[in-house]
Amino acid sequence: MSETVKNNQEPKYILEVRDLHTTFSTDQGGQVNAVNGVSFALEPGKILGIVGESGSGKSVTAYSIMDILSDNGSITGGQVLYKGEDITQWDQKKMQHFRGKCCSIIFQDPMTSLNPVFTIGNQLMEAILLHTDRNKAEAKARAIEMLQLVGINEPEKRIKQYPYELSGGMRQRVMIAMALACEPDILIADEPTTALDVTIQAQILELMQDLQKKLGMAIIIVTHDLGVIASMCDEIIVMYGGRVCERGTADDIFYNPAHEYTKGLLRSIPSGSRMKERLVPIGGTPINMLDLPAGCAFCPRCDSAMKICLREQPQEIQVGENHYASCWMNIKKAKEGK
Amino acid sequence: MANNEYLVQVEHLKEYFPVRAGFGRTIPLKAVDNVSFSIRPGETLGLVGESGCGKTTVGRTLLQLYKPTGGRIIFDGQVIYDSGEQYDENGRLKVDANGKPILGKKVQADMLPYRKQMQMVFQDPYSSLNPRMTVEDIIGEPLDVHKLCKNKKERRERVMELMELVGLNAEHAMRYPHEFSGGQRQRIGIARALAVNPKFIVCDEPVSALDVSIQAQVVNMFEDLQKKLGVAYLFIAHDLLVVHHISDRIAVMYLGKMMELADADELNDNPIHPYTQSLLSAVPIPDPKTARASQRIVLEGDVPSPLHMPSGCPFRTRCRYATEQCAKEMPPFTDRGNGHFVACWNK
Amino acid sequence: MTYAENGMPQKNPLSAQIDLSKFSTVDFTPATEEEKKQQEVMGESVSFFKDGCRRLMKNKLAVGSLIVLVLLVLTIIFVPMFVPYGYEEIIQVDGRRDKTAANLTPFQWSERESQYMEETGEKLFPHILGTDNMGRDYFIRVVYGTRVSLAVGLVASVMVLIIGLLYGSIAAWCGGTVDLIMMRLVDIIYSLPDTLLIILLSVVLQETLDPLISGVSFLKDLGTNMIALFIVFALLYWVSMARLVRGQILTIKQNEYVLAARTIGTPSGRILRKHILPNCLSVIFISVALQIPSAIFTESYLSFLGIGVKVPMPSLGSLANEARDGLSSYPLKLVFPAVVICLIVLAFNLLGDGLRDAFDPKLKR
Repeated sequence: MSETVKNNQEPKYILEVRDLHTTFSTDQGGQVNAVNGVSFALEPGKILGIVGESGSGKSVTAYSIMDILSDNGSITGGQVLYKGEDITQWDQKKMQHFRGKCCSIIFQDPMTSLNPVFTIGNQLMEAILLHTDRNKAEAKARAIEMLQLVGINEPEKRIKQYPYELSGGMRQRVMIAMALACEPDILIADEPTTALDVTIQAQILELMQDLQKKLGMAIIIVTHDLGVIASMCDEIIVMYGGRVCERGTADDIFYNPAHEYTKGLLRSIPSGSRMKERLVPIGGTPINMLDLPAGCAFCPRCDSAMKICLREQPQEIQVGENHYASCWMNIKKAKEGK
Repeated sequence: MANNEYLVQVEHLKEYFPVRAGFGRTIPLKAVDNVSFSIRPGETLGLVGESGCGKTTVGRTLLQLYKPTGGRIIFDGQVIYDSGEQYDENGRLKVDANGKPILGKKVQADMLPYRKQMQMVFQDPYSSLNPRMTVEDIIGEPLDVHKLCKNKKERRERVMELMELVGLNAEHAMRYPHEFSGGQRQRIGIARALAVNPKFIVCDEPVSALDVSIQAQVVNMFEDLQKKLGVAYLFIAHDLLVVHHISDRIAVMYLGKMMELADADELNDNPIHPYTQSLLSAVPIPDPKTARASQRIVLEGDVPSPLHMPSGCPFRTRCRYATEQCAKEMPPFTDRGNGHFVACWNK
Repeated sequence: MTYAENGMPQKNPLSAQIDLSKFSTVDFTPATEEEKKQQEVMGESVSFFKDGCRRLMKNKLAVGSLIVLVLLVLTIIFVPMFVPYGYEEIIQVDGRRDKTAANLTPFQWSERESQYMEETGEKLFPHILGTDNMGRDYFIRVVYGTRVSLAVGLVASVMVLIIGLLYGSIAAWCGGTVDLIMMRLVDIIYSLPDTLLIILLSVVLQETLDPLISGVSFLKDLGTNMIALFIVFALLYWVSMARLVRGQILTIKQNEYVLAARTIGTPSGRILRKHILPNCLSVIFISVALQIPSAIFTESYLSFLGIGVKVPMPSLGSLANEARDGLSSYPLKLVFPAVVICLIVLAFNLLGDGLRDAFDPKLKR
């Protein structure tokens, strides 16, 4: 099962998530299974996109990897392997080291993820001092270097400024600088450009691509924006209702989708040649995570739903070289083809 | 002046907000500055721009939710607001010897009758519905205010009819907004706007807060309603793909000023203003091959603060083609043929 | 197979991954709309109020507090009907004052009472909490004291609510200069030292009120000092309520549904009535529930200082004050009123917290 190659060689995947389950308890005493058996693997230096609507469990997956879930949430099953080691078994201290040194995260809202009472230099240096054995002067030099790297002009002046003095785009750059200060192997970006304007979004996406080429880390982008995913990612995971619908390369997903949800999603956005044609929306209402259907999570909204979809969850099967999908339609086709 | 070809005409609209600058002084924040456009009956005009460019303010000022600072608004041939300022052919304000504007007749119409004809759909489906009112009361409120229904039964029937019209289950009339999903709430908001049979609806980012799959449902509904009822829309949004899809014509705003206005396809295929060009190229296209092939024109820097607006053209600080002339004077908003209006000194 | 057509290299044919014979063709017939609908049921309709009540009922501490408060209220209403002693009357046996009945411990009878019971065989009502140093039944005094304290708390809070709500909504709705002047006035009142103000006011009010209310029998029964206390609290605490109301209204005014109402052409009065007030009521009522214990507390310490209700009317504070004299010999006399104060204040605070958790829209979701 594991494709990690032990001994004298680096593991093939830098991060492997196997059958991850994350559950939140609600104040009504119920349970919300936000992530229900998510599996994927990330190769070093690749950009992976997790795409899904609100409530699909895409952010929770990212938070589970970082172990930064809120108090009422916990990982209830599965493994997260970092270079072959299961980090869900690690203690707080080791995880502290993991966050920042091995894996960093940037959040959607650059307005609230920086502490308003400290200068940005202060916050950058703190991150550096915490994870490396640099002294203060070296940390300051590193902070300036990082700011230069993320394209902030006059970094010597900027490190003395407070977050409120910077614009949204600038703040997101500072967040990226902070996340990359300790040279992590993985950068998780949770909706990194959702709060930004189109032109600033283009700047940040460009910057992330540049930095990926320069520093060679792997990036996980969590977003609902198919446009961002298309222009950035090598591989894509499509999530719905806490489960992975489909995963594969960007071309697989966009040109050869094998899950009804992915197909519906692609039909529902206006693009290129079909600009003035009527959109084909996905019917129904978004999934209620408190009350998941017994079968496929998408079946109440699916046009081609079958009897078995209502009853049983589809298994994930391989439909192309690196292309996996969990949809009964594929099995139906296979059966008919026989 | 009244031109019946157009349903809504906005001329030189200005909306300045006073901002406290300490010691009792205020400086004007020019949220909307000299914006002109017009909308034909049954047409959709898209209005795009980045946050803080004043596109929401245009919509709200148009409906007189804010008192305009200047300009003229004509609806259906009737002047509903006129500050009395006069302009020459080149779009310059006529001033007397002392530099004071020459004022003509001022008009401030009573808005109540117009509220039946101009309506608005809001961005946030969560805060735009009163959580303490049932759906029936929310949709029924305009009917009560304008006394459009004689009795309770008639009101209920009308509410049911409206709910069906926007694709809601009429049995849910007695429910509260928090029981509905974002898309359904947005439908309730649309039903409320339609209750008075308006001719014109300002849609202020109506799909921005919705999930992609729900966006398409709502966009389709807007289109269906337009076909059925012939309403005109001012469709404000920052998502260029959606705006291009739904609009007949598109207007682009930057820092309170109108930069370009053209037919939707024309604007998309042949943008003239450098800002429009970079805006269009910055849109991430949901197509990996096209995305890999295309080169983004990445704009340097950030949007300047609207309190410290650059002189002349506000875009010149980020513009690749900026010249001295751009710093001196704001370029006029001129027709470059086929109703393609651009405000740029570059030919 | 389907995938070969797309030119996709096939490493793992589907049949190797999954046993296709497991599934019958029926499984792959399209599902009907009804079947799909069943998967997607909308929950039962709940109004905001019902939803809040349900959440409140889940909160054990709040429900416990509610029960305690209800029991207390029932006690102070009905118990005086059954207990044959008055709060100001010194225990009499056989129509004569019982001088031996002072400072009894709980459930103890005085010498003369025991004697009387032996003689007549009649059972006298027990002194549940003993008697005080003047020979008055302590239980009934604590019950009356609780009555006074709760009444002060409730009436004061209602007066605070009325004044604060009016003042705050006027300031918020008018805005501009009116708001500025009204709120600066609030700031001035806020900056006065409240203890000093209470003491001064209660002294002055008691004297001026006396001739005013002597004509009205209903007010006279209540007593000048009680009315003075109500007024003092109302005058002192409305400022924070006014600030809260103003803040709430200003926040709610920002909501898009208020803008939507204006777009419709809804008149101002209707907007205030239909859209703004209903949405700030929950926050206001919660703050009233939290205001009650603070009024009770203030009343208690004023009475403890001797400027609260006048003798012989007891209040929990004055009972504690009286108990102070014989503290070393009869510590229980201090314990009983103190426990009741604690119970009331704690119960109201927990209930207020519970109400906030259940009804405050900001804490929702």
